[in-house]
Amino acid sequence: MSGKAHRIDSGGRIDRERPLRFTFDGRKYTAYEGDTLASALLANDCLLLARSFKYHRPRGVFGAGSEEPSALVTVGSGNRSEPNTRATTVELHDGLVARSQNAWPSLRFDIGAINNLFGRFFSAGFYYKTFMWPGAKGWQFYERFIRRTAGMGVAPPSADPDRYERIEAFCDVLVVGTGPAGLAAAATAARSGARVIIADENAVPGGAIRSGIAAGDELRDWAAHIVAELESLDNVTLLQRCTAFGYYDSNVLGLVERLNEHVAEIPAGQARQRHWVVRAREVILATGAIERPMLLADNDLPGVMLASAAQGFLNEFAVCPGENILIYTNNDSAYTTALALAPHARVTVVDTRSECSQALLDACHGANVITFFGNQVQRALGRQRVSAAALNDGQKVACDALLLSGGWTPTIALHSQAGGKPRFDDRLQTFLPGEPREPWLSAGACNGEMATAACLQQGLAAAEAALDRLGLTAARLELPSVAALEASAIPGPMPEPDGKCFVDLQNDVTLDDVRQGVSEGYASAELLKRYTALGMGTDQGKTANLNGLAAMAALRGEAIPAVGVTTFRPPAAPVTMGAIAGRKHGEHISPVRHSPLHAWHQKHGALLSDAGLWKRPLGYPRDGEDRRAAALREAAHVRNAVGCCDVSTLGKIDIQGPDTRELLERLYVNRFANLAPGKARYGVMLQDDGFVYDDGTTACLGEQHFFMTTTTDHAALVLRNMEFALQVTWPTLRAHACDVTEQWAAIAVAGPRSRDLLRAMLGDAVSAERLPFMGITDIPWKGHSLRVLRISFSGELGYELYVPADCGELLADELVRAGEAFDLMPYGLDAMDILRIEKGHLTGADIDGNRTLDDLGLAAMARKDDRFIGAALRKRPGLNDVQRNKLVGLQPVDPQQPIVAGAHIVAEKEPREPSVSLGHVSSACYSPTLKREIGLAFVRGGEVLHGHTVHVTNPLAGTHVAVKVVPAHFFDSKGERLRG
Amino acid sequence: MIRIFCPHCGHRDHSEFTYFGDATVKRPSDTAPGSEWSEYVYQRDNPRGKHEELWHHGMGCRSWLVVTRDTLTHKITASRLARDKAGRR
Repeated sequence: MSGKAHRIDSGGRIDRERPLRFTFDGRKYTAYEGDTLASALLANDCLLLARSFKYHRPRGVFGAGSEEPSALVTVGSGNRSEPNTRATTVELHDGLVARSQNAWPSLRFDIGAINNLFGRFFSAGFYYKTFMWPGAKGWQFYERFIRRTAGMGVAPPSADPDRYERIEAFCDVLVVGTGPAGLAAAATAARSGARVIIADENAVPGGAIRSGIAAGDELRDWAAHIVAELESLDNVTLLQRCTAFGYYDSNVLGLVERLNEHVAEIPAGQARQRHWVVRAREVILATGAIERPMLLADNDLPGVMLASAAQGFLNEFAVCPGENILIYTNNDSAYTTALALAPHARVTVVDTRSECSQALLDACHGANVITFFGNQVQRALGRQRVSAAALNDGQKVACDALLLSGGWTPTIALHSQAGGKPRFDDRLQTFLPGEPREPWLSAGACNGEMATAACLQQGLAAAEAALDRLGLTAARLELPSVAALEASAIPGPMPEPDGKCFVDLQNDVTLDDVRQGVSEGYASAELLKRYTALGMGTDQGKTANLNGLAAMAALRGEAIPAVGVTTFRPPAAPVTMGAIAGRKHGEHISPVRHSPLHAWHQKHGALLSDAGLWKRPLGYPRDGEDRRAAALREAAHVRNAVGCCDVSTLGKIDIQGPDTRELLERLYVNRFANLAPGKARYGVMLQDDGFVYDDGTTACLGEQHFFMTTTTDHAALVLRNMEFALQVTWPTLRAHACDVTEQWAAIAVAGPRSRDLLRAMLGDAVSAERLPFMGITDIPWKGHSLRVLRISFSGELGYELYVPADCGELLADELVRAGEAFDLMPYGLDAMDILRIEKGHLTGADIDGNRTLDDLGLAAMARKDDRFIGAALRKRPGLNDVQRNKLVGLQPVDPQQPIVAGAHIVAEKEPREPSVSLGHVSSACYSPTLKREIGLAFVRGGEVLHGHTVHVTNPLAGTHVAVKVVPAHFFDSKGERLRG
Repeated sequence: MIRIFCPHCGHRDHSEFTYFGDATVKRPSDTAPGSEWSEYVYQRDNPRGKHEELWHHGMGCRSWLVVTRDTLTHKITASRLARDKAGRR
């Protein structure tokens, strides 16, 4: 071992009084409070952290923040383990457990590294070309083997136990980044009184000030002062550990705040992460810049890293990456790193240019930094860590850290998500933000400005411009003076080396892969990305993209902007799925609607089930009964005595106004113009396309006052269509519709004894004379109004009782009390389904959006005036084909043989014969009244098949049932019971 | 996320609204031939640029709006009540 990464005795923001213990691959280490996993391992001279994606090459820390491409590890254990975490962004806490990935049997000796020897076979497109044989199934066969060796970390074994939350936020100005530009902008905006949110992805604010790249005591003190001020202001929310990952339309941004990632244990009741959805009137992007690596062969050896990363490790964590450091550069900014490291290590700079500024040169001489100009590093040498660098003049320079500085790449992902195409800057050899498409302003290094004083000034100016657009006045802000020795970031030449040189470390994309892609015709940045994976992954190519584009452009003899830049899309940084889901999982995935009788159902032992968002009782099983037995008992009881059923979920719409009748005539296919007060009518609605979409009842309460019920499923759609009719199609109609679904509790009372029961309870108002079939009346009841509608879905004498929702339980209890003498029994959806199938009444299972009036046997209902919605298109020839699938009843030839809804109907007797579907079963049940299985179905030609035998086939269950086609009314087809 | 201006409710998230397409299509008369109705129900242009379209503020005031949106940039330049567009009030 030639040298050593080590901790320095003073400096940094680590707390040397608070040592922390952690393990990496089972080995114990110590570090300090404030360390990241990367700085802690570096301080322990542990350089080998990972094996690469494809070739299993040894990898170490390359960057110092979210740009890290190489040091991907799995943190935590069990369900809390998180794979592919960048060691540079993991804040250490006591007891942290981290593991390496993609290595077997161990990180140091990894069998998979054999891929490295066959590198020439694994080049771009290798998988696509090789593993397709023999035919389409080929890839599926090979994939499982390939996934095992090529890849990333392993997902945790089961559900994430932690809690995540989402917050909706609004502000005048959102500032992203707290470097010099971000702080100047935030302070200016904050002092104006604007509502300001500031987001910074790091644990502590400061950006380049934090990492020491923007240096100077006055600057540091100013930043500390500004941060303290921002923290104290009520109109400011300063979010640390908060990454802005998505910039969406209308200035909505997605942020993820890591609330409790840096603690050993999440405090009880607290979330691990918080997803911020920020609606900002103005956004100031001060996202900084990321250093670009120089290219050399074997540039992925542990110990090779960005110069700025090394400077960050030194300044923040007091970690010096080596004792004998070589810096390879093409620009001045590397010299500030050299000068910062010089007190702690031997530092040599190799510069591809012929000179640097005289001031920097003088400073280097004063600090014993050795400089080589007009030279280049060809190759990094060493096994599992760098030990020397080979220069192209043949010299070998020993080193234990090799730092790369190839200029700066502005971080413009957010700009680009909400802006025009980035524009190329020849001077900086990089892309700068394009034209804003949303109200954002850009300030500082992300704008291509590398001088700290100018960054401060830009931040201030951006805030002033934003405040001006908001009509606010900016307050004064004093900016600090900045250290004189500022390095320009204009890069010189970046030669391409021979040998295995990785452009994209995370995806193992080499210069050769880029060359091969170009030679095979993948001529644009977008194509190359998809062919080679360049720029994909957790780092999104933050250190790779520009060098890849430059290599491609050079090969094609074009300028970089000619090959283009790939599209930036959210998320700009990895986001845990949990943060996106927030609290919306499990029972909270959608809202739950409870009927006003929900508690009553529970009290009476209902078996509840989901019906859309509603919870509805399927039945009320008694001791020892299963669901089916309960349904059969309840259905039979309704036919023989009396039952009650909660129908509160029906859509209810109150419609008033002089033109209501005209509106109803438009909505329903049948006549409503002549509906008298106190009467109700069944109606069917079509959509404009001529298909049936809902049925229900509308009652006339007064000349201009109507009460509509819809199916549970389509309540929202019917109301929306009605509003469309009133506001868009016929805005001159004087009528108003109001959803009163949740204002009413509704209970159906059905069965031969239903009238007797209601008369005992409500008196003569419900007698056969005063409340005939399809009559409606409001009766005073216990200080409330009780609405009784005589209607039947079951086919029995029946009523629907409506009371204000909060009286629902009272009504149900009263029914049960009065019903004792009449043997009243509650029934659920299952029994209701049996009763209506016996009658051939329809539900959403039958009215599925593909049915015409004629298909449903309802054609006679349609008025001849054709003024209703859907009248025109229901006459299309295709919808009037006699061969359409139409409603029929089915009776299995063996009365006890069940059929299932959804099964297809065929003519063939034998299940294995090739056959054509003649239709399908839409509803089926065992009828306790008829003591046989029955079903409703849609079959080709409909009634022409009455009396014929067809087969219901269900290959999944292996059944093939002979059934007789009959009319779709199995019981009391004349309707004598319900009219009685 | 598009934010849509509702004349009743102010700027609101698009998740409060339902999209309903082209607001400029003319509903045929009751007696128009099937071909005209078919055109109205099924045929829509997919323009690049400015588009007048219907949005229903179902999670808000339940108004139908006519919103002028650029389909390329999602920029909304006008938003009014469909009822007002139809000439009432």
